[in-house]
Amino acid sequence: MPGQMRTVASTITNENGFYLVSGVSSARRMLGIYVVMTVTLSGVSKKFGAVRAVDGVDLEIRSGEFFSMLGPSGSGKTTVLRLIAGFEEPTTGTVQLAGRDVTRLPPFDRDVNTVFQDYALFPHLSVRQNVEYGLRVKRVAKAERISRAEQALATVHLEGFANRSPAALSGGQRQRVALARALVNRPSVLLLDEPLGALDLKLRLEMQSELKQIQREARITFVFVTHDQDEALTMSDRVAVFNAGRIEQVGTPAEVYERPATPFVAGFVGTSNLVEGETAAKILGSHGSYSVRPEKIRILPPGTAARGDEVAAPGRIADVVYAGAQTRFLVDLEAGGRLTALRQNRDEDGDEALRHRGAGVVLAWRRTHTVELTQAN
Amino acid sequence: MHRSPVRRLAGALHRRPGLRLTALLSAPMAWLVLAYLGSLGVLLLSAFWTTNDFTSQVEYVWNTDNFANILSDPVYRTVALRTLGIAVGVTVVDGALALPMAFYMARVARPRSRRLLLVAVTAPLWAGYLVKAYAWWVMLSHGGVLDWAVGTPGFGVPAVVITLSYLWLPYMVLPLYAAFAQLPDSVLDASADLGARPWRTFRSVVLPLVKPALIAGSIFTFSLSLGDYLTVQIVGGTTQMLGNVIASDVTLNLPMAAAVSCVPVLLIVGYLLAVRRTGAWENL
Ligand SMILES: Nc1ncnc2c1ncn2[C@@H]1O[C@H](COP(=O)(O)OP(=O)(O)OP(=O)(O)O)[C@@H](O)[C@H]1O
Ligand SMILES: [Mg+2]
Repeated sequence: MPGQMRTVASTITNENGFYLVSGVSSARRMLGIYVVMTVTLSGVSKKFGAVRAVDGVDLEIRSGEFFSMLGPSGSGKTTVLRLIAGFEEPTTGTVQLAGRDVTRLPPFDRDVNTVFQDYALFPHLSVRQNVEYGLRVKRVAKAERISRAEQALATVHLEGFANRSPAALSGGQRQRVALARALVNRPSVLLLDEPLGALDLKLRLEMQSELKQIQREARITFVFVTHDQDEALTMSDRVAVFNAGRIEQVGTPAEVYERPATPFVAGFVGTSNLVEGETAAKILGSHGSYSVRPEKIRILPPGTAARGDEVAAPGRIADVVYAGAQTRFLVDLEAGGRLTALRQNRDEDGDEALRHRGAGVVLAWRRTHTVELTQAN
Repeated sequence: MHRSPVRRLAGALHRRPGLRLTALLSAPMAWLVLAYLGSLGVLLLSAFWTTNDFTSQVEYVWNTDNFANILSDPVYRTVALRTLGIAVGVTVVDGALALPMAFYMARVARPRSRRLLLVAVTAPLWAGYLVKAYAWWVMLSHGGVLDWAVGTPGFGVPAVVITLSYLWLPYMVLPLYAAFAQLPDSVLDASADLGARPWRTFRSVVLPLVKPALIAGSIFTFSLSLGDYLTVQIVGGTTQMLGNVIASDVTLNLPMAAAVSCVPVLLIVGYLLAVRRTGAWENL
């Protein structure tokens, strides 16, 4: 099975190489530059009546990257996707695809395809006809149409389902038909709106790695919307974190996680300790807002001196929360405030960990793991 | 454990939905079979009797003379074909009018004007049939509103088609409206996303999805037109439809009237069989 999939996908890659504009690929080879902006949003806002769904977004998505848009419900992710696809026109700002201004171009004139949140399969067409739809519209010759549709169905492991009606498929199978229907057109950009949202955890993890593999081999730019931070961190080359119609931070998963730019990002992507005000002044020597990840904090016996590159803060364990693989220690600091420290349960079992309640400790973490936050404007 | 007979019955009904449905529907079904299909059966039966030419008494002699008459007499054939043509014409006119109307109401109009339009479309249903037919008689007559605006076709087949189209239009608009309103936006977006221009999306996605509703509406307009005999008397001039033939035969020659009534029934049955495969029946 995997062998078959690889051949299919490499066919797509080869033909897709042509897609990336020969000038660009040769420039890549000669200069070693491969930062080609596929999607550029400049100052894009979208208002629905009084609601600012998208509020001044600037975004550059590079060719061939797996780009995720992460944010809570209602933060404007779908709207940004619809602006890129052309279903909505921005109230202000411009949208560019491969350097061309497409702000006023309707969806059918844009070289992007969408995998919809609810799949949006055509109920009156079979799986094969659904996949062939885009090719039919573009008048691709019959023989090529059939072979490309078969390839696409093979890529998503649905060879035997061509003649079924979408109504006779499971959620996961429908999702894969939607993916095949988009991939078969070999778009330069594929937009995916929470495509794994309706799947159970196991299928979700399977589809995550399959999507990632398809993206890598076909070298299509993926713009992937999700509100699941684990999904965004594990799959993406870069992540944009949305909040209330604005982008709080764009960066690699490691950047976003290790160096959150704002309190919102620190809180939304993983859990985080906020150190601010007097506490910050006493421990870190300056006022301001800082974030420290719980798993970066070491718990030491009272009176222990920290290493030279570390910050130390004495305190008392107020509570212990056992969570299977890890234990969370909630520590009240002498400097004021409460920090959470996370420890792998490598040497201790649950009962032993719970006995630490009330003990005096010193918390220590590397100075570089203290991240200064800027307040969102 | 003790269970009362009532509870046991309730349990049995719950486990067997078929039984439950039978119990629930048996009384109305009996009524339907007796009163409705029974009268149709009597109609069919009486078509095989004859009338004594001198006494006008029905003679209960089993024969097929009436049907032979219909097939051989060119007058009956002409009237039957004309009726069929009018019914098809009305259905086509209503389909052509209702498609854009229903589309506009369901997909373009704002909620406020949508409600107004729905009221406007259904309003004629509240007025009496004769009032509406005579209203059209007034409009179609020489010197009437239509004559003054665009010219009137006068009284005849076109006038019948126009008036019947008006009368049955709501029966076409309402199912289409429901179908358009149910179309998911995302399916239309998906079509545009895959490169289809609006007209292509209409042909390849919208039309197939509203087809069952179109057929459901056409069953109404087609069968209502086939059975009509009043409108044609009012605006048809000298035009005759099957309904008129039946109406004039009914007092003089009941068996013949019954035989003629079988023609529209057969036409409708034929039409229903033709559209059965399209899934329109689930939409009625
Ligand atoms: N067509 C519309 N009309 C009015 N308001 C809209 C419309 N579409 C979106 N909105 C509003 O814009 C905001 C952003 O919506 P959007 O669908 O982009 O959020 P999202 O980030 O995709 O959320 P989710 O994770 O729940 O899908 C929301 O407040 C929403 O109510
Ligand atoms: Mg959304």
